[in-house]
Amino acid sequence: MLLLIQYTLIFASVLVLVALGGCFSEHSGVINIGLEGIMVMGALGGALAMKYLTGKVPGPVMLVAVIIAACGVGMIFSLLLGVAAIRFSADQTLVGTALNLLGPAAAVVLVRAINMAESTDNVSSTVAYGPAKRAFLMNIGTFEFNWFMLISFLVLAASYIVLYKTRFGLRLMACGEHPQAADSVGINVYRMRYAGVLISGALGGLGGLVYITAGVSEWKFENGVAGFGFLALAVMIFGQWKPVNIGLAALLFGLFRALSNVYTGFDALVALKLPSTVYNMFPYIISLVVLVFVSKKSRAPKAEGIPYDKGQR
Amino acid sequence: MSVKKRESLLRNGSFQTILASLLCIALGLLVGYIVLLIINPGGASKAIMAILKNYMYYPSAAAAKKYLGTTLVNASALLMCSLSVLFAYKVGLFNIGAAGQYVVGAGACIYGALALKLPWYLCLIFAILAAALAGGISGALKAYFNVNEVISCIMLNWISLYCVNMLLAKVKEQSTPYTIPLSTGNPGALLPNMGLDKLFSKNEFVTIGLPLAVIMAILVWVLLEKTKFGYELKATGLNKNAAKYCGMKEQRNVILTMMIAGGLAGCAAGIYYLTGIEQWMVQQTSVPAMGFNGIAAAFLGGLSPIGTIFSSYFIQHITSGGTYVDKSMYCTQISDLISAFIIYLCGFVLFFKMWLNRWLDKRDEKAKKGGDA
Repeated sequence: MLLLIQYTLIFASVLVLVALGGCFSEHSGVINIGLEGIMVMGALGGALAMKYLTGKVPGPVMLVAVIIAACGVGMIFSLLLGVAAIRFSADQTLVGTALNLLGPAAAVVLVRAINMAESTDNVSSTVAYGPAKRAFLMNIGTFEFNWFMLISFLVLAASYIVLYKTRFGLRLMACGEHPQAADSVGINVYRMRYAGVLISGALGGLGGLVYITAGVSEWKFENGVAGFGFLALAVMIFGQWKPVNIGLAALLFGLFRALSNVYTGFDALVALKLPSTVYNMFPYIISLVVLVFVSKKSRAPKAEGIPYDKGQR
Repeated sequence: MSVKKRESLLRNGSFQTILASLLCIALGLLVGYIVLLIINPGGASKAIMAILKNYMYYPSAAAAKKYLGTTLVNASALLMCSLSVLFAYKVGLFNIGAAGQYVVGAGACIYGALALKLPWYLCLIFAILAAALAGGISGALKAYFNVNEVISCIMLNWISLYCVNMLLAKVKEQSTPYTIPLSTGNPGALLPNMGLDKLFSKNEFVTIGLPLAVIMAILVWVLLEKTKFGYELKATGLNKNAAKYCGMKEQRNVILTMMIAGGLAGCAAGIYYLTGIEQWMVQQTSVPAMGFNGIAAAFLGGLSPIGTIFSSYFIQHITSGGTYVDKSMYCTQISDLISAFIIYLCGFVLFFKMWLNRWLDKRDEKAKKGGDA
């Protein structure tokens, strides 16, 4: 039972971070399908930082440095989407898809190059960070508390405040609803959209880092992040683009993901004889059903996906 | 006179598309070359040549022909996937679900072949119908419930993957996670070669799938450009309300579009897996890249069915070429990186055309002013 809670919380942390990233980007008016790719790149940044800093710095410094690395790489990578979609009016779905293919490919090429440079026999795409990972963990009894659970909660609270209680957040949302109106009162739509995309890059990158450190102590980058970026999109839609709802949706979807890992520990679930695949599939089915019910009066930002053109009426 | 002629060529829409695609390819290769240089400057030129040469790597003509055949088999599946994406895009729908429909098609034809022991033509039809159904779900959700097709397709991609993994686990080999090879499980399900294998040094994977894909490309072109139905579909894509006003059944059109797109992707899986070239791995945790690469090929081909024939061959050519790089220095994924970057660049094509036209306008204006003075 404790294990189930632990897994649920850590998966929910990943989902909440990435989904909030998507939420910021979409509220500014840019659809970010490329979250999956951004997660991989963020994970890569974090993993490499852990690899090179192991044993050189104390725990807390390590924690901060790794977070900065993951967010930074995620932001740089998300700029690829930002520049294409905002400056060059590119099709956001197309560019997002490209990021999803680009992220894993770039990560594998880079990691293999690093591994091969260290020893010519090592052609794997794995980065190990076992000892460094301990900086994030704290044992409370048998419960393994991960600092990222707290960080995710803080990010969730901060997102709520930023989006609804600050000038920046309200302006950001205006750019996703009616950019022409926002522009007419002096808001720089382009700058707001860059801000939205960069925030999504930072949170997506951080989410990727949390994902790869969740259970294991090394990561094979050929596996990417196994669809978690897309699952986060589902969380965002299920949460109807609102931070609090996203938090709850992430808990629910995290629970299903956790169940697929640990359901063998529950006699009642074992008796159902469902293969673990079914639990993996569940979140997607739920979001599809939810979409059917809510899409007629969708809460999605109205102007998302449309490149902003100053001259358009 | 000659200047004027060249200018009108630059103004030509299809010429601009070809120019833009070639630019994307050149820039993509350049970026790949730079990455190779950073990793190991010594072998970069050799590696990029290996990627571009692909099967020509083999000195003997027979071996080269054989591997050309394998590249073509992959390219024909890719072509069908990109037709699926292209067809939906012409009707204003972004079929990111080609990947999932491809998975459904693969599941249907392999299950049909191994569990139901169907002959090849029924397997192929089975694959097309199943995938059309999967596409139809997205279409119906879009038409009746206003669900964004990109999102519903993404969800369906994963649902399809998990379902197919479960289904095909029933026909897998005892000791491996792969499905039973068609050649032992049910040779009758293999697509007939019709003598095509002899053209490619007895490459038994070259089948009627190859000409079928090209015929499909031409059919899609005819359907979109030369029929009333195609015109209606395109009109629906351009403006749903206007189409409805003109008496077109816009909901039916959206569903039919997604069903045809799904069927094309399912056919892709059929002509790929029914050659026996690959078995399905039932523990796959990611959706096969074929459908996503289809998006790349569709856009690189300038969203024209005929252009797509060339672009899907090219993308497959460099993907296969990646296996020939010197593996003591580089890894095969370098060609994935190049093709991903090419897709990314395709996003800039619209901007490039706008910029080119504006530049031409400016030049014309200047020339006019000069003439007046």
